[in-house]
Amino acid sequence: MIEIKDLHKSYKMGSNSLHVLKGINFSCEAGELVAIMGSSGSGKSTLLNILGMLDEADSGSYTLDGVPIKNLSETKAAQYRNKFLGFVFQSFNLINYKSALENVALPLYYQKVARKERQEKSLQYLERVGLKEWATHLPSELSGGQKQRVAIARAMAAEPKVLLADEPTGALDSKTSYEVMDLIQKINDEGNTILVVTHEPDIAEMCKRVIHLKDGVIVEDKQVEQVRAAQYVQ
Amino acid sequence: MRQLFDKDTWIEIFQSISKNKLRTFLTMIGVFVGIYIYIGLAGASKGLDNGFEKEFESVARNSMFVFAQRTSMPYAGFKTGRRVQLKIQDVDELRRRVPEIMAIAPRNVRGVFGSSPGVIKRGTKIGNYSVFGDYPEFTKIATKKIYRGGRFINDEDIEQQRKVAVIGERTQKELFNEDESPIGGYINIDGINFQVVGVHKFTGGGPFDNDSDIFIPFTTYKKLYNTGDNVAWFTIAAFDDADVVKVEQDIKAALKRIHKIDPADERGIGAFNLGAIFKRIFGFANGLTFLSLIVGIATILAGVIGIGNILLISVKERTKELGVRRALGATPAEVRNQIIIEALFLTLLAGIIGIIFGALTLKGIDAFTSGGDFPYANPTVPIPYVIGSLLLMTILGVLIGLIPAQRAVSIKPIDALREE
Repeated sequence: MIEIKDLHKSYKMGSNSLHVLKGINFSCEAGELVAIMGSSGSGKSTLLNILGMLDEADSGSYTLDGVPIKNLSETKAAQYRNKFLGFVFQSFNLINYKSALENVALPLYYQKVARKERQEKSLQYLERVGLKEWATHLPSELSGGQKQRVAIARAMAAEPKVLLADEPTGALDSKTSYEVMDLIQKINDEGNTILVVTHEPDIAEMCKRVIHLKDGVIVEDKQVEQVRAAQYVQ
Repeated sequence: MRQLFDKDTWIEIFQSISKNKLRTFLTMIGVFVGIYIYIGLAGASKGLDNGFEKEFESVARNSMFVFAQRTSMPYAGFKTGRRVQLKIQDVDELRRRVPEIMAIAPRNVRGVFGSSPGVIKRGTKIGNYSVFGDYPEFTKIATKKIYRGGRFINDEDIEQQRKVAVIGERTQKELFNEDESPIGGYINIDGINFQVVGVHKFTGGGPFDNDSDIFIPFTTYKKLYNTGDNVAWFTIAAFDDADVVKVEQDIKAALKRIHKIDPADERGIGAFNLGAIFKRIFGFANGLTFLSLIVGIATILAGVIGIGNILLISVKERTKELGVRRALGATPAEVRNQIIIEALFLTLLAGIIGIIFGALTLKGIDAFTSGGDFPYANPTVPIPYVIGSLLLMTILGVLIGLIPAQRAVSIKPIDALREE
């Protein structure tokens, strides 16, 4: 599904440049649930941004589902993001003046899905994350966990090939974190490929594979025994 | 284009506008005031224009009165202070020398300029009224509204020196009973009986006009008062496209030549140029229209810039939201169009409200001033001006929208999302 070869990325910081990614080789199959771990500054967010086509690598190749991702125009990148990727952010990034339903419908709007179909589909996804009754509520009326579940529904609504989650539980307490992870696991069980950036070991353990990044290189890449989050959720 | 007619685009726009209602409202005031001032001023100047037009509709626009005075310079053997007398023969000479003349009416009068008015009798009723000796050509210069059933002096009256008269409204009221028709009736002017052939409606506008004037044929007048070929003054109208000031100079020069007056003599021939005065009055109205255009456009421009400014702030505030949208698959073009449409919508909405309020204000002023003496009538703004201003606002709205739109597009989604 994802194929990365010898990825390099450096940022210019004034006169000296900061080499963030120093040759990343990584591949993942469809249906995997991968945790990307590392301390801050290890390059994990940069890696995720490149995977999410929000940023471009200096060198190396990136292939997503057989499509080479290289020298994309802004428009092309937007279309690919819309078609291939779903994003879940640490700070949810819901649009605060739109209801939960409208937020979920947003990627479908950019896919030019007809209004009615959009509404139905969005409602389906909201139901899947257990927030059907909250469809008309604004984000400000939802709890943190609910917001993240809406964000996940939004990311899933476009039926992406890969779900990218950047610290999805970073702003949540452990109980709601587990609820969110439970949801992510369930989505993964349905065959969706998910990449989770986290620095919490317990969250990483709930994935199937853990990658450790340190100073811009992968230092560890191991399959783990998945801990089901459901057991922590009443 | 597809985006412009998409219901969802408009829902998006309404959501983002209504997010900050007060600010949106305040933003729109700029453009609103601009178009309001423009419509108000343009309509008012048009109203003034119409008012003047109405006031002077009975008089040819580029007309003038030319009369003789005493000379102030000796010339060709004549000493200074000679009294010049205009003659009926001057008409042909003037027509020959000044081709711009459309109509020329020699006139004589009793009752104005210090001469004693005619004594008019009818039965036991008696009164003093100004009596004019006129040619039918006079109506080409100053139209006289003649009441139903009557007429003005015609060529046959002149030829046959008929004793016919056109009387004023007041004269009719004073000499005739209310229930009798004056047409065909007889009045006695300074001892001679005249048949009334018409009653003219008083319109005003020209100098020495009165609602009690009596007009009789020039030739009859000449006989009645023994004036020979003398003419008191010429009422002259130039063609519409002629320069009245130059025509006045040409006429004066011609008359000076005929009557042997020094060409440099400022006094020998006098003139009262209505055309030049009209020109000044209408020039004022035109100037006002122009001024309103400048003020209106400048204010609209300021208003539109205000909208652009607010949208820039709004884009800055929405940086994160725009980043999220981009991450979710909004293309730069979609983001750009969205903001341009927003700018356009705000501009046009404010503009249309301004036009409506401007029109209502004009209607109010019209209702307030109608019937009064103030020269103001039917204040309207020509539709092309309104459409033009809307077009201007559309163009300005799009152009100004480009700035925040470009700003929005230039934000990289990654930077937008990183901003905490």
